[in-house]
Amino acid sequence: MKLCISSTGQNLAAVIDPRFGRATNYIIIDSDTGAFEWAENFAATAGGGAGTKAAQLVINKGVQAVLTGNIGPNAFAVLNAAGIKIYTGVSGTVQQAVDLFKGGKLQAVGAPTAEAHAGSGSGSCSGKGGCA
Amino acid sequence: MIIAVASGKGGTGKTTVAVSLAFSLDGVQFADCDVEEPNAAIFLRPTIVEKIPVTISVPEIDEKKCSGCGKCADLCAYNALVVLGTRVLVFPHMCHGCGGCTIICPERAITEKPREIGMLEKGMAGDMPFMQGILNVGEPMATPIIKQLRKHLDRSKIVILDSPPGTSCPVIETMRESDFCILVTEPTPFGLHDLQLAVETVRELQVPFGVIINCAGIGDDAVETYCHEEGIPLLMKIPWERRIAEGYSRGEPIVSIMPELKQAFINLSTTIAAASRN
Repeated sequence: MKLCISSTGQNLAAVIDPRFGRATNYIIIDSDTGAFEWAENFAATAGGGAGTKAAQLVINKGVQAVLTGNIGPNAFAVLNAAGIKIYTGVSGTVQQAVDLFKGGKLQAVGAPTAEAHAGSGSGSCSGKGGCA
Repeated sequence: MIIAVASGKGGTGKTTVAVSLAFSLDGVQFADCDVEEPNAAIFLRPTIVEKIPVTISVPEIDEKKCSGCGKCADLCAYNALVVLGTRVLVFPHMCHGCGGCTIICPERAITEKPREIGMLEKGMAGDMPFMQGILNVGEPMATPIIKQLRKHLDRSKIVILDSPPGTSCPVIETMRESDFCILVTEPTPFGLHDLQLAVETVRELQVPFGVIINCAGIGDDAVETYCHEEGIPLLMKIPWERRIAEGYSRGEPIVSIMPELKQAFINLSTTIAAASRN
């Protein structure tokens, strides 16, 4: 199965990025063969709409499941509509996450686990008088 | 003549100044442009007689016509559209209503439908025409409401705009077609820092402006030194006094608490009229 794992780095030893939409990178891995590639998340620095754009990126990679820490409502809606399974609460390294997944230790979620903009820190659109 | 009362830093006394100026002059129209949390009505106590919904246009996709080409999603700068095969997901809260997707769609599958984001309220505060914009809770965009307010301004009057704080889009929208801008600040390092940002903004917009120091007596004299060095007119100083704060907490303007300031506000309007661009 083709998995997408939000990652702070570019290989299987990298630590999971707890944010989906604003993750630094994604590791795309075939859990059967172990073959993987990494993709930079160009949406990570978007002023707004990082979640939907990141979800589109992942969908275009043809993945069937996403493993991450937390996911917001907009990204969740897109991945859900595309029939992609979402596993949250994942931490540690990418390799550990893949092992947990293969061991059937992860539970798919049916709802977003973070508020909109939760991963954007003190970004330009947060708070009063934001972008328009 | 349109006078915008702005600040940079929040909580320096924009509404205090705007309301007192309005109470001191004749022939005023008042518009509260701080649509995220309008509060001038607490002091002006208007009777609202008209409520006009404010909408923006968001896309609606005709799935029978959509080919799934994805041009709309590629164009959208706010990522409000996602294309899955021939299915298009629309995220209306992220849409800024630019209409670009409607234009670029080769199949003409997109029409626009209105989405309400807030309200424009009109009424009278005594014999003073009053308006305020109210942005719905959770909505990210204040500017469409302020743009609507602008359409109802009566240039034959002295229009007083109570601006939002900061220097972001809603503030620009409030300041940009004004004839004069009053920047209210407090004599503290925070007040000075944000005043400098506000000064950069009004200079960019080429709106004549001057500064009012509120809570004069606290902090230091760095704001005055800055104004002097930059050649910025210091229009007025409002003293730091407990009775002003007490009156404020009861919804009473400073010209009621300190009637002697009324003449200062009248003089202020004369100064502004001479310096404004219209």
